[in-house]
Amino acid sequence: MRDVAVIGVGLTKFGELWDKSFRQLIAEAGSKAILNAKIEGKDIDALYVGSMSSGRFVDQEHIGALVAEVSGFSQLHIPATRVEGACASGGLAVREGYLSIASGMNDIVVVGGVEKMNDVGGSEATEILATASDQEWEAFFGATFPGIYAMIATRHMYEYGTTKEQLAQVAVKNHANGVNNPYAQYQSLISLESVLKATTVAYPLGLMDCSPVSDGAASLVLCAAEKAKKYTDKPVKIIGSGQASDTLALHGRRDICTLDATVHAAKRAYKQANLTPKNIDFAEVHDCFTIAEICAIEDLGFVEKGKGGKAIDNKITTLDGSLPVNTSGGLKAKGHPVGATGVAQIVELTMQLRGEAGKRQVKDAKIGLAHNVGGSGATCVIHIMEAM
Amino acid sequence: MKAGVARFWREIPQRYNFIGNKCGTCERVFFPPRESCPYCRRKSIGNMKEIKLAGKGEVVTYTVIHVGPEDFEEQTPYPIAIIKLEEGPQITAQIVDCPLDEVKIGLKVESTFRKIQQDGHTGAIYYGYKFKKQRQ
Repeated sequence: MRDVAVIGVGLTKFGELWDKSFRQLIAEAGSKAILNAKIEGKDIDALYVGSMSSGRFVDQEHIGALVAEVSGFSQLHIPATRVEGACASGGLAVREGYLSIASGMNDIVVVGGVEKMNDVGGSEATEILATASDQEWEAFFGATFPGIYAMIATRHMYEYGTTKEQLAQVAVKNHANGVNNPYAQYQSLISLESVLKATTVAYPLGLMDCSPVSDGAASLVLCAAEKAKKYTDKPVKIIGSGQASDTLALHGRRDICTLDATVHAAKRAYKQANLTPKNIDFAEVHDCFTIAEICAIEDLGFVEKGKGGKAIDNKITTLDGSLPVNTSGGLKAKGHPVGATGVAQIVELTMQLRGEAGKRQVKDAKIGLAHNVGGSGATCVIHIMEAM
Repeated sequence: MKAGVARFWREIPQRYNFIGNKCGTCERVFFPPRESCPYCRRKSIGNMKEIKLAGKGEVVTYTVIHVGPEDFEEQTPYPIAIIKLEEGPQITAQIVDCPLDEVKIGLKVESTFRKIQQDGHTGAIYYGYKFKKQRQ
């Protein structure tokens, strides 16, 4: 196994981007990453792109080759592969790129993630997102995707005394971080009251507990670490990569409040990096709903199971806390173009570890962790990164 | 959902009659039936036996859906719960004939045969289980 480093990153703005197409978004993020890495098309050995449901959002499958084409590489005939794992598609694409370099097969790989969600209406988007849950045994009976996370929240409140105020504080914190991220969909502060008073989507979750429907793309250039210094003074190394799976349906799990896929993916990533949760300086976690961030900080081992709500009260995860979480604004404020999310998390880690995160820079950031979940926890992929 | 009728017809034994299965090795019960037991794996292959479940259980967690999918919009707000069945498996289903404020973790429930949704294109009506409070 060879070490792998990120040598370039690129992002589009996230949001309701009516004037930008699926193709324009991924081409924009990809070119930014390639320019940032100072590589040329002929240096690229392979391309991996994550997208959850291009087929239903923009009626286009077969996007591996399409992304190579719209990025200007049709004459180079680069191997191009699309990777899918619902909302974890982006993180999985990063991992596939990582593995292909670690194995020695490739030296330089471009990874992209993209979703164009606003070309369909709101209720259609909700229906498409529900395909990440078990269609036959959850969605068929009327369970929505927010509804499934709401059932995790109800049980978490029952078992551990977690409150709606603690859930709401997650959204308030992530919006406060989003203010300092020029790429974020929402760059505005919100109040606790406004989260608590927002219209109910699925009890106990309100509208402001949910991440938005977003358009956007993100891209990275990965390189064998031994060659990374040729391209950049500030390569950032991937020192751990872990992935795990679980039942598609929430009701099939060992414990409603624990995402075992997170627990197992984390165990594998920590082991590879030879680290424990205590060594992590900051993290990007998959806050598709506020309850998901509380479960994530527990399942990643940052706090004991059931103490996630308390950790929010104690402001451990704010930008100036002991373990800043979702400095980018997270899925809640930065936006959640599902296929782009896992790649964008690695972009944020890279910016932080290069010291390029501006007003949201974590002081003395040395080691960061990215946590990307598919569905209600059937897929999880985790990466740990360190500046070289 | 725009899918062929066979997709729904295939699930009739489970959705109408609660047919699950049981691992002949460890005796664990599964619903919906699984091809193999995730605990015994190869030892369970060819050793999974059909079993009819009683359709009784207890609410493990729940939500009240206020923003529903198109096919369910008329029913909002409606409660959805994860129910632990007496035989062991957990399932997701709607709770009916029960005031919203009486839906609680620990509530004892039993299945009832209901219309679940209707296909807007073919007009096919899909039936299945919902749950109501157990009679005392």
